[in-house]
Amino acid sequence: MNAAMNEPSEVLVDCQSVWKIFGGRAQAAVKAISERGLSKKQVLQEFDCVVGVSDASLQVRRGEIFCIMGLSGSGKSTLIRLLNRLIEPSLGKITVKGKEIARLNAAELRDMRARNIGMVFQSVALLPHRTVLENAAFGLEARGVAKDERNRTARAALEKVGLADWTSRYPNELSGGMQQRVGLARAIAADPEIILMDEPFSALDPLIRRQLQDEFRQLTKSLGKSAVFITHDLEEAIRIGDRIAIMKDGVIVQVGTAEEIVTKPADDYVSDFVAGISRIHLVKAHSVMRPVAEFKSAQPHNDVNALLRTSPEADIGELIDLTMQSDRDAVAVVEDGTVVGVVTIRGLLRGVAGKPAG
Amino acid sequence: MDPDLLQFSPGAYLAPAVDWLNKNFHPFFDAVTKLIEAVLGGIEAVLLYPPPYATIAVAALLAAFFVSVRVSVVTAISLVFCLLAGFWTASMQTLALVTVAVIISVSIAFPLGILASRYKKFEAGIRPVLDIMQTVPPWVYLIPAVMIFSLGRVPAIIATIVYGIPPMLRLTTLAFNQVPKDLLELGHATGTSPRSILFKIEIPSATPTLLVGLNQCILLSLAMVVLAGLVGAGGLGAEVTRGLTRMEMGLGLRAGLSIVAVAILLDRVSRGVLQRRQRPGKAA
Repeated sequence: MNAAMNEPSEVLVDCQSVWKIFGGRAQAAVKAISERGLSKKQVLQEFDCVVGVSDASLQVRRGEIFCIMGLSGSGKSTLIRLLNRLIEPSLGKITVKGKEIARLNAAELRDMRARNIGMVFQSVALLPHRTVLENAAFGLEARGVAKDERNRTARAALEKVGLADWTSRYPNELSGGMQQRVGLARAIAADPEIILMDEPFSALDPLIRRQLQDEFRQLTKSLGKSAVFITHDLEEAIRIGDRIAIMKDGVIVQVGTAEEIVTKPADDYVSDFVAGISRIHLVKAHSVMRPVAEFKSAQPHNDVNALLRTSPEADIGELIDLTMQSDRDAVAVVEDGTVVGVVTIRGLLRGVAGKPAG
Repeated sequence: MDPDLLQFSPGAYLAPAVDWLNKNFHPFFDAVTKLIEAVLGGIEAVLLYPPPYATIAVAALLAAFFVSVRVSVVTAISLVFCLLAGFWTASMQTLALVTVAVIISVSIAFPLGILASRYKKFEAGIRPVLDIMQTVPPWVYLIPAVMIFSLGRVPAIIATIVYGIPPMLRLTTLAFNQVPKDLLELGHATGTSPRSILFKIEIPSATPTLLVGLNQCILLSLAMVVLAGLVGAGGLGAEVTRGLTRMEMGLGLRAGLSIVAVAILLDRVSRGVLQRRQRPGKAA
């Protein structure tokens, strides 16, 4: 799956140096930022304005699940609302499918939201006076799809999330997890390319949450959708996201794959965050292996060609299993038929401890 | 300095204004009078044309069909009470007056209430007006209403409307302010048009509070219509006034209890009809 992901695919959402400033003198603050490059603190002191999002840039590619992780107040909910212009950016440019959304008029914006960008909310936001089916069909209804057709599409979407038998029930008859499934069905029924997920599973209990995370990832991938997923839970981001952005105080601190973030945290804030995360399934062979020559000089009696072999993408868990199977305390990493490195027990321990090889 | 000079007498300014209106807009007020009289006459005719038992039976059946058996029983009991109290005609007149007054009040208050929830400045502007409308004793409205429309049912209706608007307007504003923000966000995020957001999200979410407003509007209008018996509006109010002026305890009490019966009828039926339309089927 990584090979496919590494190919540069089309950028669906492109944020360039986006700022959002709240407060009465936001305009003046924006001007000062673009002219004098003020920091967040200076803006607060000088203009009494709160910086919600500060100089955020990110790209979401087609078919990618992009997680934005941050604690409350980090600006992640503001950032996701900037992507479909529920909040107007103060500064910067946001392009969705090649169109700059700040330039769309009201009707074009509605059309863009109805067709291209779905959204799922933490509060689910189901209409209590409508049945599950009518709720799932709401997005299509907004677009003016005829009743028969939208009900058919909504039914199919509800089937995908496993709620085919609940179509005529009302939201208050459903459990929290089921309600959020309806929210997801409503978003995918409208068949948008991009789904914005605003902490959708935060209010659910851990078991249901885990189940929904896996279902969501599988569903998104099988439908070929892109998603921007907001969460305050790094484990959730790692489970779901192809790439993760970490936000703090309105600033994107680091963007990368789960492995990059865990093995090479950009600063102390991120490393504090990743400290408790299990590396077993995150750290891959290529980041803990040592060059073959080094291995040969350290253990001359050990024949590289006799070692068990694996790919550079094997995670620590697999490497441990392989090491246990052999009596040679090392595993050879093979790419395109040649041995590119060796993972020793030292390397494995380093990987588990979260320290990069070296 | 003569303190009398400082005395505040809005009447001194209002009375000429009312006179001026009377002189220059008489054809307009005349047309309003005729229209209201016609609608009232129509409703009264429908209610009074069949024999009372037939009307009661039809009302009970309609209530059973459209609302519930319980409301149907309440309807029948309150109407039979009015009949047995000897005030059938008066009760029907009162019902007609309240119906017309409430329809007009709501059609004025509802859009203004929505505006007030959308535009805070507008709300701030009309709040003192609403306060005045609610706190000035209702008899006072009757004076200019009678000056313009002369005695009868029309000034009664006008005064009732003035009295019925504030509760409906305030609760409409409250109802729309209480629509959950996440549902509005859903509407925007799905690209729903403002019109559809109003009809498919805001009004359904606001309905419970709107019902309270309608209920208040109906009951306050009933109270005012009774009071308007003083200016010849007829109906149960006239009977109460008669009981008061003749010091007839029995008459006053019978009329008073009939008013209670009409109030219960209006309250239960209006609540029942609207709640039924709103209720998400409590399916098992």
